[in-house]
Amino acid sequence: MPRYLRLFLAQLRISLLVSAQYRVDFLVDGAIEILWTSTALAPLIVVFASRDRIAGWSFGEALIVVGFFTLLQALLEGVLNPSFVAVAEHVRKGTLDYVLLLPADAQFLVSTGRFHVWRSVNVLTAAGIFVVGFRELGRAPTLASAAFGLTLFAVAAILMHSLWTLAMCTVFYAVKADQITDVLSATLDASRWPSSVFRGGTRLVLTFVVPLGLMTTVPARAFLGDEGVLLPCVALLEAVALALIARVVWRRAIARYTSASS
Amino acid sequence: MRLAKNLRAFLRVGTVGALAYRADVIVWLLSTTMPLIMIAFFGAVTRDGAIGRYHEPQIVAYFLATFIIRSLTASWISWQINLDIRDGTLGSRLLLPVHPLVAYAAESIGGMPVRALGSVVIAGIMLALLGPSAVAHDPVIWILWCVSVAAAWLLSLLVSVTIGGLAFFVDSSAKVMDAWLAGLFVFSGYLIPVDLFPPRLRAVVDWLPFRYQIGLPVELMVGAHDRASAVGLVGRQLLFVVVLALVTFAVWRRGVARFAAYGG
Repeated sequence: MPRYLRLFLAQLRISLLVSAQYRVDFLVDGAIEILWTSTALAPLIVVFASRDRIAGWSFGEALIVVGFFTLLQALLEGVLNPSFVAVAEHVRKGTLDYVLLLPADAQFLVSTGRFHVWRSVNVLTAAGIFVVGFRELGRAPTLASAAFGLTLFAVAAILMHSLWTLAMCTVFYAVKADQITDVLSATLDASRWPSSVFRGGTRLVLTFVVPLGLMTTVPARAFLGDEGVLLPCVALLEAVALALIARVVWRRAIARYTSASS
Repeated sequence: MRLAKNLRAFLRVGTVGALAYRADVIVWLLSTTMPLIMIAFFGAVTRDGAIGRYHEPQIVAYFLATFIIRSLTASWISWQINLDIRDGTLGSRLLLPVHPLVAYAAESIGGMPVRALGSVVIAGIMLALLGPSAVAHDPVIWILWCVSVAAAWLLSLLVSVTIGGLAFFVDSSAKVMDAWLAGLFVFSGYLIPVDLFPPRLRAVVDWLPFRYQIGLPVELMVGAHDRASAVGLVGRQLLFVVVLALVTFAVWRRGVARFAAYGG
């Protein structure tokens, strides 16, 4: 088994063990995540009570977008935020030394350092939303379109990880810079709607600059079986480019890091 | 006399604090994206015709108003109180010559000028974009609006202080606040104007406190109510303030009696 896969599984196991100590949190955190998901569902339910389509999307189709948005939230709350909050703390306290000294890639270590397992309950919520969405549409996804959709979601995950890495790197330069992730999370909220809801300039920005449209709408359309090849290719290219940029910025940031405590 | 002097000091602390961390205000403004996201959503809806009484300009006015009301009335004090209680800092606050609740309130008011500045900018944009027809014209409604904004602010503060004060009894009061916020977003009119809810749900929402934290002042601002219904609703809002104030004092009286400042 490749070394990094083993390392990943070890990190995951530790997080699972930690989470298993706080079992009641499964109910509490799970319930809270589901409540927040309802903030994306409620406007759809209210509006589709009197409409058949919004910006070209039916209720079932829009639910698929919300499903992918919910998956992104699970990734954010369960993986990215816990890890990156830990990095900000490491930098402030000077304990990042202990990570940098380990005989493995530091970016990998901090990205997999802490999983909030219970906050990933939204993976289940998303699955539920997909089921309801396709039932609403009166059909099931083909195996190929499901695979295509999930692959594009993996691309979205890379995009998101890179965006968050870039945001996180600012903590090496300014004290309270981790607030940038708050702004980023708030911006991510825009990806709960199909990108055709947004008009003109906003839509272009959300596709190419902050690629939120690529992260939910494109996987959703692929899942629904009506995405072409152009936007998935754009998504892939942007993911590769952003991952490379994030890598370079991260290297520079840790080169600049001087441990505060020692 | 002495109380007035103390209060002035707390107000000054609040203002200076807000000025010192003015970058926080910018972060807060930037991360208040929800009204804009909802403008995009309902904007797309109204492209195919009005929903309820809302055409596109009314939607834009409504959600810019939610932005203003939210930035004037939001309270984050529950996290601070949670921390104060759990790490024992509350001990030193209890020694101060005013009740901690008064101190928290004064600090919140002290931060108001900085927040109001942001709101004035948004209001300016609103009027420039949509013209004076976007807001209410009746001066009586505007007087009620002032009462209702103050009551909404007080209501948010009381909710925050009560939920923060739950930390006297349980560890996870921050999670209660998180759940409350989700409810607030859905039922207050922050994401969906409450008159678009189905009638039965609306009747429930009328008797939940959420609408009186954001929705009511927004509705008054965009002229959704005539005088009679406005008076009725603001009356109900004030009733909520009184009830919640009683709950808050009860929670704090019992909580402070239990409180032991370890290492404070």
